[in-house]
Formats: sequence, C-alpha cells, structure tokens
Amino acid sequence: MAKMTKEEVIEVAHLARLAITDEEAVHFADQLEAITNAMELLNELDTENVEPTTHVLPLVNVMREDKSIEGLPRETVMKNVKEHEGGQVRVPTILD
Amino acid sequence: MNFETIIGLEVHVELKTESKMFSPSPAHFGAEPNTNTNVIDLGYPGVLPVVNKTAVDWAMKAALALNCEITRHTKFDRKNYFYPDNPKAYQISQFDQPIGEHGWLEIEVNGEKKRIGITRLHMEEDAGKLTHTGNGHSLVDFNRQGTPLIEIVSEPDIRTPEEAYAYLEKIKSIIQYTGVSDVRMEEGSLRCDANISLRPYGRDEFGTKTELKNLNSFNFVKKGLEHEQIRQEQVLLAGGIIEQETRRYDESTGKTLLMRIKEGSDDYRYFPEPDLVDIVIDDAWLERVRAEIPELPDARKARYVSELGLSSYDAMVLTLQKPISDFFEATVKAGADAKLASNWLMGEVSAYLNAQNKELEDTELTPEGLAGMIKLIGEGTISSKIAKKVFKELIEKGGDANKIVKAQGLVQISDEKVLLEYVTNTLDANPQSIEDYKNGKDRAIGFLVGQIMKATKGQANPPLLNKILLEEIAKR
Repeated sequence: MAKMTKEEVIEVAHLARLAITDEEAVHFADQLEAITNAMELLNELDTENVEPTTHVLPLVNVMREDKSIEGLPRETVMKNVKEHEGGQVRVPTILD
Repeated sequence: MNFETIIGLEVHVELKTESKMFSPSPAHFGAEPNTNTNVIDLGYPGVLPVVNKTAVDWAMKAALALNCEITRHTKFDRKNYFYPDNPKAYQISQFDQPIGEHGWLEIEVNGEKKRIGITRLHMEEDAGKLTHTGNGHSLVDFNRQGTPLIEIVSEPDIRTPEEAYAYLEKIKSIIQYTGVSDVRMEEGSLRCDANISLRPYGRDEFGTKTELKNLNSFNFVKKGLEHEQIRQEQVLLAGGIIEQETRRYDESTGKTLLMRIKEGSDDYRYFPEPDLVDIVIDDAWLERVRAEIPELPDARKARYVSELGLSSYDAMVLTLQKPISDFFEATVKAGADAKLASNWLMGEVSAYLNAQNKELEDTELTPEGLAGMIKLIGEGTISSKIAKKVFKELIEKGGDANKIVKAQGLVQISDEKVLLEYVTNTLDANPQSIEDYKNGKDRAIGFLVGQIMKATKGQANPPLLNKILLEEIAKR
C-alpha cells in the first residue's frame, strides 16, 4: 500500500493552482491515500494479454471536413468575462 | 578547456486551414480580437472537440516532406497547464504516438552538407495571444486558440548557430513548398525555441541545457545562440554549473535573461485525450497524401544544376523560396535563358525587393515581362545598362519590355554609321583625350566612352562603340 505524503499533496495542489493550508494537506493526504490504495486493487488483475484501451467503443477516425463557421459575436464571448478592454480579456499579468 | 556546442530546435508551424484543429471557427490571422472563437475554443463545459481532417492530412504531408516515418496508429493527449492564454487549462497535443518520427533534412553550411535528424513531428492546437500592457495586466485575444499547429523537434545534431540558421531556412523552405503553412515568422505562423548545451570535446554525455524563447527572427535565433554559447562557456570555465532553465532573448541588448526554472514533463500530467478517438492511417490514405507532395527544394535544386546548367550555389539560392523558384521556372518557360534569368532574379530583382522590403508577388513584374526583357538583351536590341531602366519600369508598372523600349525610344544604337558620327564629333571636341590616350593614359578612353554614352542617353551598343572608337583614334 502506497503512502501519500503531505509534500506530494502540496505539490499536486500547486500544479492545480489550489491554495491549501498545511493542516488541509495532512487531511487530504489521508483521504487521497485511501483513494489511491483503492485504485491499487486494480493492479491485482492480470492484464498481460489485454490491449490498453482509452475508449469503450471501437471507434477510430472521427473527423470533420475543414469548413469554417463564423465565430461567436464578441459581446456574447464577453458575457462571462469579468474584465475586458478593447475587445480583449483583461487578466493579471503572470510572468513565468 | 574547449567545449562542443549541442543545439536542438523546436519549431512550431501554424497550418493555414480554413477552420481550427478541433472546432469549426475560422483560423485566419489578422481578424478583430476575439471574433474567431466559439464555445469549444473558449473551453466551455460539456463541449466536444472534433478533429479537422485537412489538418491531419497536412501534418502528414509536412512529416513526409521531412522524411518522417508516419505513425499508422496515432492519437491525441492532454497536456495540463494553467496559463491565461489557455482557457481549457489543457492543450490537446500528442505525447507518445506523434504522427511523424525519425525524419531528417539536409543543410549546407560553408559548402559542407550535413544531415540533421528530426526526432518527431506532432499535431497540437495553438494557444491564445497574450499582450502584456505593463501595468500589472495582460490582454488576451483567443482568436489563435485552437489553430492547428505542428511541432517539429530536431535531434541534438546541430553544432553551431550557423547550422541552426541553415536548418530553420530549410524547414521553412520545405514547408512552404508543401503549401500547408505561410511560414511567416512576423505573423507567428512559424516560431522557434532553441535548446543549447555545452560539453567538453570527447565526452559522450550532454551537459545541462537551457531553452531559449522569444526568438522572433532567424537572425535572433543565431544571435541568441551565439550569446548563450559564450555565457555557458564562461559559467563552466569559472567552475559554475548550468541550471536547466528557460531564458528569454532580449532583442535590444542581444542577451539572454532568466525566465523560469523549467517544469519537468511529469508536471504536465499527460494522458490520452478522452474526448477524441484514435486515428488509424491506412495505405490508401498515406499514399493519397504522399501523391500530393510537390517537387521539393532539394529535387528542384538538383534539376536546375543538371538540366539548366546552373551552379550549385545559384540553384540553392533560387530554390530557397518557392515564389522565387516558381517565378524563375515561368521565366525560363517564357523563353528566357536560364543563366540570365537566374542572374537577374538573384541580382537586380533581389536587390529591389530588399531595398523596398517587398515580396516578389507584391510587385508588377511578371515572368513574361522579365523574359521579354532578357530576350531583348540577348538580341542586342537593348544594352544591359538600358535594361536596368526597363527593369525598373517593369517591376514598378508592369507591362511588356518590347513596348516600353519602343515607347521610350530605348533601342540600342547598333548602326555603325550613326555611331561613327557620335565618335567623330566627340573626338573633334576632345583632342586632349586623344593625346592622353596615345601617351599611355588608358583612362582617357573611359572618359570618351562616357561622353558618347551621355550623348546617346546610354543607348550606344557598348562593344561596337569601343571598336569604332579605337579604330578612329588610331586614324588620328
């Protein structure tokens, strides 16, 4: 059974841009450990001769022709936008 | 200690499809901000992407043109990251089954040919465009979000900034020939990141690499790499270590500056895209796309050398850009001598385009116009000097060389009697020059020729004029 550490939780929270406290990290570590351990059960199955699948249906090559449809009116696009300026979405600058 | 430089390049090319990679909104450059988007591009809940078939065709075409093996069973993956230019918080890309692998292209630097490996070519979608306003805010335009992209990753086979430049020129040229992209760096349809590391000569393992971004022209790629090469060498010689980091090229100072310590591939948490099914490419599909690939620059170059007798260098320069190469072929087809057509395109035409900062297609020059003018030179109707006048007219206003020459009275004077009259008059007026010439001052001839050219408005047939002039001086 794998052990989930507080550090791992903090790392994952950072990648998901979630702000969590140290106490929460400890709390979630216990819960996540229970979940990952439940998933570990799957490893008990012998999948030696089973092809990996990412979809349940045997479908391939679902594609569309290269035809364009006019975009949404900008007013509609901006409906759920908190701040905009000159037709563009305004966000805090993130310099990486 | 001497170091060997190891360079690998990542090139992103936007495909010029009508619609986006996974949505039907228009994929054109230059529209008003946020007018070419829909709910799929904007990452609304519950929407589903659908693959653009032409984009897959074109990615395959580019991969084949770059000598890649096509992955017959390919798929899309999710690359997770947060950034304001990416509304879904993931990019649909390809991870472990890219559409093309194990390709190569050939470059030539200082006359030496070298093959550069291409590790992979994969399909993905572009992100929106961020503009930093400098007051703590950035503006986002999502028009570019979802535009089909191919990423082409080279093997670390490049050893100098010059080779990097040649590799980029070649990629641009090949993709331009396939017609799947405009490959215009100034419009962002071709972009490049560079990885560079140093290692002592003789060592097998690579040193730690840094990644250079914000390289907005081929020249900046070369300059950025030159600077980074020196920076890393100085760090290593001082006993320091190179950190794996992303550095930004600053155009104003020519230096590279630290942007961030790089996240590892694990942090992107790639997984197979659950909203898209796999793509299986059968022989018929592959062969259909292969048959659509036109003659590529290397093949054209070889043909210009073997069939048209051009030098290898001239053939290389002419074939680098498809519009120039197509124009050259049409000019030859219109009856021009290949060598002369090549000289004019690489000389006067190229100089004019550089000076005016124009593309050939933005001028009035036609292959028929250029061919007509070259024929007039060949027939002796106009001199090369007059041709430059005619050329200027042709490239600025268009038209037919023959008509321009007749309308402006530019026909070369090849009538011996007429020339003799000019020569006699000029010699009568300049006895001192005759004297000087006879005393061994060869320059006097140049002066006399100049006087006659001036009198004939440059229309005297130069070899004939020289002959008559020398004969007449000898008689005096």
